[in-house]
Amino acid sequence: MRILLVEDDQTVRTFIAKGLSESGHLVEQAENGKDGLSLATNEKFDIIILDRMLPGGVDGIHILETLRRQGNVTPVLLLSALAEVDEKVAGLKAGGDDYVTKPFSFSELQARIEALVRRNRNEAQPQTRLMVGDLEIDLLARGVKRASQKIDLQPREFRLLEFLMRHAGQVVTRTMLLEGVWDYHFDPQTNVIDVHVSRLRQKIDKPFGRPLVHTIRNAGYMLQE
Amino acid sequence: MSAPVASNAAGAQPGFLRLRSVSLRFALVYGILFVCSALLFLSFIWWGTVGLLEHRVEQAITIDSRALFSVWEESGPSGLTMIIDDRLEQDVDDNALYLLVNKDGKWIAGNLAEWPRQILPNHHWFSLPVQRAYTQDIAKVRAYALPDGYRLLIGRDISGRTLLRKMLTDTLLWAWIMVSLLAIGGGWLIRRLFRHVIHSISRTTQAITHGDMSRRMPVQGSDDELDEIAKTINEMLDRISRLMDGVRQVSNAIAHDLRTPITRARTQLEDAALHAKNEAELRAAIDKAVGNLDNVTSICEALLRIAQIESGARRSAFTLFDLIPALQDVCELYEAVAEDHGLIFKQNLPTHLPFFGDRAMFQQAVANLLDNAIKFSPPNGTITLSAEIVSTARRSDGNRGKLLNLSVTDEGIGMNEEDMARASERFFRAEQARNTPGSGLGLALVQAIVQLHDGQLQLASNSPGLITRIEIPLPDAEIVSPATPPAEHAIINS
Repeated sequence: MRILLVEDDQTVRTFIAKGLSESGHLVEQAENGKDGLSLATNEKFDIIILDRMLPGGVDGIHILETLRRQGNVTPVLLLSALAEVDEKVAGLKAGGDDYVTKPFSFSELQARIEALVRRNRNEAQPQTRLMVGDLEIDLLARGVKRASQKIDLQPREFRLLEFLMRHAGQVVTRTMLLEGVWDYHFDPQTNVIDVHVSRLRQKIDKPFGRPLVHTIRNAGYMLQE
Repeated sequence: MSAPVASNAAGAQPGFLRLRSVSLRFALVYGILFVCSALLFLSFIWWGTVGLLEHRVEQAITIDSRALFSVWEESGPSGLTMIIDDRLEQDVDDNALYLLVNKDGKWIAGNLAEWPRQILPNHHWFSLPVQRAYTQDIAKVRAYALPDGYRLLIGRDISGRTLLRKMLTDTLLWAWIMVSLLAIGGGWLIRRLFRHVIHSISRTTQAITHGDMSRRMPVQGSDDELDEIAKTINEMLDRISRLMDGVRQVSNAIAHDLRTPITRARTQLEDAALHAKNEAELRAAIDKAVGNLDNVTSICEALLRIAQIESGARRSAFTLFDLIPALQDVCELYEAVAEDHGLIFKQNLPTHLPFFGDRAMFQQAVANLLDNAIKFSPPNGTITLSAEIVSTARRSDGNRGKLLNLSVTDEGIGMNEEDMARASERFFRAEQARNTPGSGLGLALVQAIVQLHDGQLQLASNSPGLITRIEIPLPDAEIVSPATPPAEHAIINS
């Protein structure tokens, strides 16, 4: 994957670039808004990671708006220390696809990058049926089957499973689940997500011996064969 | 008018005269308005009085002429001569003028010697000077053409009226000058009053700007507009003080409570750098330090969120919605957790509850309460969430209003009275709670959210356990019939 990273803080930039390169991506770096904008307009990327506040007069929102005006639909992940809800809304309104606040963990960032790129590829063809191994869900009939056996799920459990299936093979963080499945944008103190995932596991994994939902330490969960 | 006012004011306070002054503008507007209205009023009196006098003279002449015409028709020139002589004899005031001439212009009757040259018998009104006896007077006359070339002139000496008119004009002119002087004086007074008010406001605000937050605007107790401004400003100042206190409290708390996890992280890292024997130990120490730093981040975020909510900026996101699906949504999230902890979770909710507020924020408040209840409950305890509308309470504005009463009850470790009073302070953690995970910001956030909704957060003992109650007044206008489609919300949440 070709990734453009526009970030002025050298420590953060090197850290992200190193991590992404290690996972096999090609990372182009820009340390100010001007360079970032010219790279973003002149070359083709799979995703752009954009810091909101950049030195040199061209900030992240400006770059984003310029790109969107030019009809460039490359997924953009905004990175910012501005954590307020209104700031997030402003970033998403300007055409951003996701918003990660600083400080962040690398696994969170990586999970979101992959989710964005995947979403971008999948958007073309709407799916009615998702399959991972012998697990299969029908999005229209809202039915779940594993090894041809029907499984009864609560509506919320179904949405949780659907979210995991749509991101099969990727790490999904707890925050992503909370936002994507419950539409909550706050951080519950207790491990609510873990409890719900463990209930889902009881239904789709336990009776079948071989687990599909894996816990990724320090990161979140992954649905994988 | 501007010049006298300006110079007057300049004499009083030379240093303060500014052309771009609101008080000067007010005074000018006042003066000009006063003088103009006086001018209009006096002119009206003048026109009215003088016009009435003229009209009466004209009326008298017209009536006289009709009487003389009828005499002419009955008895011709001789009758008319007789009646004119009669009239002149009876005219005590000596202000009537008559002249009857024949077609050659020869005098027949009347008290004028000859026909004035400029007057034509065309029934028009004329003013002309007349020479009578010893004086030169002004008369109002009208001339009539009679058959056979006779011409009749009837008039009234109006010199007395002219005098009256002159006197009236003089009087009114003087009155207008007096009024103008009064206007200048009044304008000056208004300017002083205005400046006085502005100065008292600006003195107080200046004192506050220089750091004296205890100063307040004086309230006279007369309930006038000035008091209203003073009260508004005082309320604003109270709010600013409260916010500043909040900031001070937060910065103290930050100094105190953020240092702890930072110190821990630092110690762990330093310890690892000095003493770690292998990579595994090093990694473990780093992981722990990252955990502590994450803790710092979440505390920062919670603090910022509380501060943001307390500033009241988020009230713009308030909408009308059915609270029940929103609550059920949160319950659904926590039901599993409660079950996981071996707790019984009961919900006691009506079918509909129209509510005005911030949906996401209110959900977070309830989530925090449930979080706490679950955290501090022993296994097999019962947690109850109930909500109802109470309509008996008296609201602060004196109206009987409806009140949302939402409570979360647990059978956990509870709190003593002293701790309850401090529970919603930032970073406060009761002694028994020290060992459970948490930052001591959960209830502070709930408190901020409840206050944003103009409500109250109360804690009470459930022996054993704790009752956390939220009371929020529901604005009357917003209480719509339960017909508000709750289904809509359900769809959004599903």
